[in-house]
Amino acid sequence: MEIMIETQDLTKYYGPNLAIDRLSFQVAAGEIVGFLGPNGAGKTTTLKILAGYLSPTSGTARINGFDAVDKSLQVRASLGYLPENVPIYPDLTVTQFLEFAARAKGVEAKQERSEIQRVEEACGLEEVRQTLAGALSKGFRQRLGLAQALLKAPPLLILDEPTIGLDPSQIVEIRTLIKNLEGSHTVMLSSHILPEVSQLCHRVIIINKGQIVASDTPENLSRQLGHGSRVRLAVRGPEDKVAAALQAVAGVTRVAPLSEGRFLVESDGELELRPQLARAVVDQGWELLELKGQEFSLEDVFLNLVTEEES
Amino acid sequence: MKSLNGCLALLRKELTVYFATPIFYITGFFFLVLAGYFFYTNVLYYSIISLQAAQQASNPQVAAQLNPTQMVYRPLFAVLAIVLLFLVPLLTMRLLAEEKRSGTAELLFTYPITDWAVILGKFLSALLVYLIFLAFTASYSLALTFVTRLDWGAIGTGYLGLVLLGAAALALGLFASSLTENQIVAGVVGFALLLLFWIIGWVQELGAGGLGKAFQYLSLLDHYDNFTKGVIDTRDLVYCLSFIFFFLFLTKRQLESRRWRA
Repeated sequence: MEIMIETQDLTKYYGPNLAIDRLSFQVAAGEIVGFLGPNGAGKTTTLKILAGYLSPTSGTARINGFDAVDKSLQVRASLGYLPENVPIYPDLTVTQFLEFAARAKGVEAKQERSEIQRVEEACGLEEVRQTLAGALSKGFRQRLGLAQALLKAPPLLILDEPTIGLDPSQIVEIRTLIKNLEGSHTVMLSSHILPEVSQLCHRVIIINKGQIVASDTPENLSRQLGHGSRVRLAVRGPEDKVAAALQAVAGVTRVAPLSEGRFLVESDGELELRPQLARAVVDQGWELLELKGQEFSLEDVFLNLVTEEES
Repeated sequence: MKSLNGCLALLRKELTVYFATPIFYITGFFFLVLAGYFFYTNVLYYSIISLQAAQQASNPQVAAQLNPTQMVYRPLFAVLAIVLLFLVPLLTMRLLAEEKRSGTAELLFTYPITDWAVILGKFLSALLVYLIFLAFTASYSLALTFVTRLDWGAIGTGYLGLVLLGAAALALGLFASSLTENQIVAGVVGFALLLLFWIIGWVQELGAGGLGKAFQYLSLLDHYDNFTKGVIDTRDLVYCLSFIFFFLFLTKRQLESRRWRA
């Protein structure tokens, strides 16, 4: 397995403020990794260091085998970077902007036109080629940012909050775009939108207050950190009696009546509760309308981790 | 080779931005209006004096002064240098400050181009814009050749001085722009520093001795003055080139520091 990003005790102080604290992680080539954390957790700082814009106070980062500080130019040549808030040159047209980016990235003069065309098509920018970048809508601006990152097809893409501030349909478009990069690129993206990360990413790194609190696949995280499982039931019967009966099943820690005969049952551990719950209901002669296992969402995990940190 | 490409990419981008924004046209317009006005009044004055001298039996000392280099070009170059003082900060204040303010610095410095390529690309773009302005003033001399004989050597030397002085001022302005993310602050700092290097030689007139001599050597104006006389002195050349290099170097240092600060 080829390693694309490898950091060792990466630390950054802004003056006296600690932004990231001894981050060590690895990203394999071809992975799509989500970088998750509340605002101010140090996501952007980490990505800026990886992109070669900032130097770490201590620790090292290697990208594509090159040290981010000593071999900055080689590192920068092997990545495409979409900074937070997508900075653009407002006085250049979309094509002029991409021409500049292509030249700056050292795209061969002969391939320049076709390369620009390729990213314009990939990002759906054909209709705004001659529009000034400053006049673009937020969605197009985001796509332009993504397009410049894709120029010269760098092996690594670093995307800082690629879908922030977009409307739902634009978010879907950008996500599809990122999803299409799977296989050909390694992608490291930061986000605080949890469903996005669980949809897009092979692996999630959750950081809080500059430290890694968890790193695993979205599914594993939900399973391990959800502390048990949940079952939703809908039962036709006397509510308080049903609740009492459900509570009596071995392993159940909590029964929360929802509305109109619906209940949420939580248990500890990996215990499979559904057969026992079903039996408990049917044995009493009540009608079981619905029975559904529910996984903890990444959202629960995230809140869990971040609040555990704080308490 | 690679950094040359980066430098050219920057140069092209900066020129595109110059031509797409009003600052180029506004500064160019007023520069040419002022230059044209001074040239016209100088020529007018010169022709009146010449006419008077022809009518009266003039003394040879006055007659020696009566040539276009002395009467038209020297005052013109002197006044253009003053115009430059105001013009250059306007041309350079955007260059780096705006990249920082709008966040595009983050793009620029994560592209695989060296800091030097960025600095030179930006410096050369401003220099090229300035040369375009100067090129327009060449038309005055062309017009004047129809009516009088010109000393092209002296005029060329004056222009060389103007180019070097402009380049020095642009390097200083670029440095000022690297200090801040506010264009106005960059402009004011650039102007103030230029003014300082302008008048620093005045100390000598107050009789400050050895230190005064040193200050005078630092003065942009004193070195420029030789060029307007039609004199190319190696000391002046060395001074201008090292002035340019010094401020580009400071700019480079300033850019490097961003990685360590936030």
